[in-house]
Amino acid sequence: MATLPTPQQLIASRPAFPKENWMDIKPDFKPGSFCYPAQKQTMELLHMPNPHEWNPADEDWNLPENWEQILIDAFEERLKKHRSLKLFMDICVRCGACADKCHFFLGTNDPKNMPVMRAELLRSLYRKDHTMLGKILGKKVGARGWDKDVVKELFSYAYQCTECRRCSLYCPYGIDTAEITAIVRELLHEVGLGIHWIMDPVKNCNITGNHLGIKPHSFVEIVEMLADDCEEVCGIRPKTPFNEKGHEILFITPSGDVFADPGVYTFMGYLMLFHELGLDYTLSTYASEGGNFGSFTTFNMAKKLNAKMYAEAERLGSKWILGGECGHMWRVINQYMDTYNGPAPAHMMDVPTSPITGTQFTNAKSTKMVHITEFTADLIKHNKLKLDPSRNDHLITTFHDSCNPARGMGLLDEPRAVLKAVCNNFVEMPEKTIREHTFCCGAGSGLNTEEIMELRMRSGMPRGNALRYVQQKYGVNHMACVCAIDRATLPPLANYWAPGVSVSGVHELVANALVMTGEKKRTMDLRQEDLPNVDGGDE
Amino acid sequence: MSTSLLVVLLIGVVAWLGASLGLASLFGVFLPYVAVIIFIAGVVWRMVYWSKSPVPFAIPTTGGQQASLEWIKQASLDNPSTKWGVVKRMFLEVFFFRSLFRNTYAEVREDGPRIVYFSSKWLWCFALLFHYCFLLVFIRHFRFFIDPVPACITFIEAVDGVLQIGAPRLYLTGVLLLTALLFLLGRRLFNERLRYLSLMNDYFPLLLIIALVLSGMSLRYFIKTDIASVKAFTMGLVTFQPVGAEVTKNIGSLFFVHLTYLSVLLMYFPFSKLMHAPGVFFSPTRNLPNNTRAVHHENPWNDRNAPFTTYAEYEDTFRDVMVEAGLPVEKQPDAGDKE
Ligand code: SF4
Ligand code: SF4
Repeated sequence: MATLPTPQQLIASRPAFPKENWMDIKPDFKPGSFCYPAQKQTMELLHMPNPHEWNPADEDWNLPENWEQILIDAFEERLKKHRSLKLFMDICVRCGACADKCHFFLGTNDPKNMPVMRAELLRSLYRKDHTMLGKILGKKVGARGWDKDVVKELFSYAYQCTECRRCSLYCPYGIDTAEITAIVRELLHEVGLGIHWIMDPVKNCNITGNHLGIKPHSFVEIVEMLADDCEEVCGIRPKTPFNEKGHEILFITPSGDVFADPGVYTFMGYLMLFHELGLDYTLSTYASEGGNFGSFTTFNMAKKLNAKMYAEAERLGSKWILGGECGHMWRVINQYMDTYNGPAPAHMMDVPTSPITGTQFTNAKSTKMVHITEFTADLIKHNKLKLDPSRNDHLITTFHDSCNPARGMGLLDEPRAVLKAVCNNFVEMPEKTIREHTFCCGAGSGLNTEEIMELRMRSGMPRGNALRYVQQKYGVNHMACVCAIDRATLPPLANYWAPGVSVSGVHELVANALVMTGEKKRTMDLRQEDLPNVDGGDE
Repeated sequence: MSTSLLVVLLIGVVAWLGASLGLASLFGVFLPYVAVIIFIAGVVWRMVYWSKSPVPFAIPTTGGQQASLEWIKQASLDNPSTKWGVVKRMFLEVFFFRSLFRNTYAEVREDGPRIVYFSSKWLWCFALLFHYCFLLVFIRHFRFFIDPVPACITFIEAVDGVLQIGAPRLYLTGVLLLTALLFLLGRRLFNERLRYLSLMNDYFPLLLIIALVLSGMSLRYFIKTDIASVKAFTMGLVTFQPVGAEVTKNIGSLFFVHLTYLSVLLMYFPFSKLMHAPGVFFSPTRNLPNNTRAVHHENPWNDRNAPFTTYAEYEDTFRDVMVEAGLPVEKQPDAGDKE
């Protein structure tokens, strides 16, 4: 990875708006500005249309011969399938309210990164083929036809959008550029264009059950190791049930948390919590992925990967599913899962019910899937957990709302309720950057890849800036989140924009504070770092 | 911008010349009738076009806390979970532009570097002003279409003219309408971001409406025309008994310019972004409740039998290593597989 410019250089290097009309500016693919292309072999394995070798940096992208017709037909088909698309193409008034809501625009000052312009890239094509005035007047009224540079431009900007929906919140008609981006990505896939960082996990998930391609035996091995680590910390080795039939709950979480630092500590947190509760649950190696990179490619791929959840619940006879901390996973579960693969298997519980408190999760009546912070917040409210929040006293923590739970679900107060119960020092970031207004980590929707690190630091600037603000003002040194992608993307972001702030999932902090029956005296946290605030910890 | 201005001026000149050359009935009778037909048919046609596509997924943009545990307060207006909640959300959206009210202005500063967010309610304020004044002015015009003039319209006029400036009395709504329009035009011209993304499609309707308002105001305050004849004329239009030249000769050409601007606006409407008015009601990010975990939402083109990697296939691939790792399996490995 090339060395990054300093934050000052980064911002100072944002170019001014170009003089030319945007239609006359061709996309530029210099190293670091684009994600690596998906491999032909991967695309073939997944039966994606028109797999081929290509490279964004090349002049010729080796598009299939009849690429134009494919795209025209595919666009037409999407219009027939999605009312949202027709509507969003027709009714934008270009009021610009969404313009500065996008973190990519703020970080790059590229006018085509204004959500309205990102949509115009496609809308201009729509005008030409699907509106009367566009057909007659052409460029005068912002209409244009397909050409290869247009395809490149669509690729460039569909992968500079993290589908965070912040623009949609402020739009007077709710125009959701994330929806448009999702459909543009679908179109591009029709002519064999996709990116490696998304398609590789999709392929893995399809075969091994998880994005990282961890095979069943290794998966078990890793989780066993994490259980050993738990024992090291608290003296109790939590049980690790796998693929077992007849348990009440199936627990599914993103595989990133089994594999990567600091997600693994969140996973350890789950194990310890469930052990302490004596929860009747199982993990699955087949449905070992909560996340869904398919949702960054096409609706059908998202459905295909998601199908395993219900299939596994059915096979194992689970009564309901508990879902771990993840952002896009919950967009899929909350807004798509039931439609994709529902209704849930008939044997599942009418209304998922907490076996500990008896609380019925009526909001999950149909999908039978409950968010772990809903579950834990309920436990805490009913005083079912013995907690010692002082163990987290060395942290002054803030909370990053991930885009998807915030704007595709509304999971805002549950994680906060949990956090406030397990940490004594909790500070919010500025009002316009949290809750439904939250800014993306800058690398969601499959853009958390190394080769575009500079772009990620740009798009992460609004979040980083808000974080540094509370770091300077309140001494914040920790940021919690409920998203596995965040746990991968926020550490480099914090490192760049607010060095010294650590990142974790909420349940890492829960397990740190959790007083377990029969545990040994805790002298270190889950990361096996010494706890400074423990009595006698300084001996 | 300049093309739009030219087109708008041209429309005015043509209408003026036409009316002066004795084609009043073309611009005053034929055109308005055609315009109304195109308007109604066009709007219906576009709404039917939208409705033909299904809403495969329920994708409300949630603007606050979801309905979950009973002790957590739901943001029922911004994240409704029921149909009634959606009605309230839509009401606030349509009548008070609630989403626009959230607007902020973000500025990136190189000191720091940092971002500063300013509350930015100007767009909301002037957009609201524009739409409501336009509505009131429209309602006021009913005095020309209804005989006798209903009391409510007289009342609106009285309130509107409350400043009691000039004769005929200056209507507040007209002035505010023009101010709002000039603001909306000004921001397109002077705000860098807006200027870059604005198209003829944005300038044309704005300038058209400005021309409509200016011609209307001139008729009232400056180049006055014979009101009694105008009323006779419009009554003729709405009762489908258009009056002849004996009345139109008393009406100044400017009136026909005004009427032509209105007709063009009506005809342009269904083919343009002005369709945002009916469109907002169709928006799936606003008009659906966030209850998709509690209630099934059906997608008509969902393929129930779409293939996915089944557990059986998965076990077939990994059976041996699974057994080795002590994982339960559905089918024991064949004896033959083992050495
Ligand atoms: S806020 Fe909505 S209507 Fe305004 S420019 Fe953006 S997408 Fe278009
Ligand atoms: S969805 Fe997010 S990243 Fe995409 S255009 Fe909108 S604000 Fe930008």
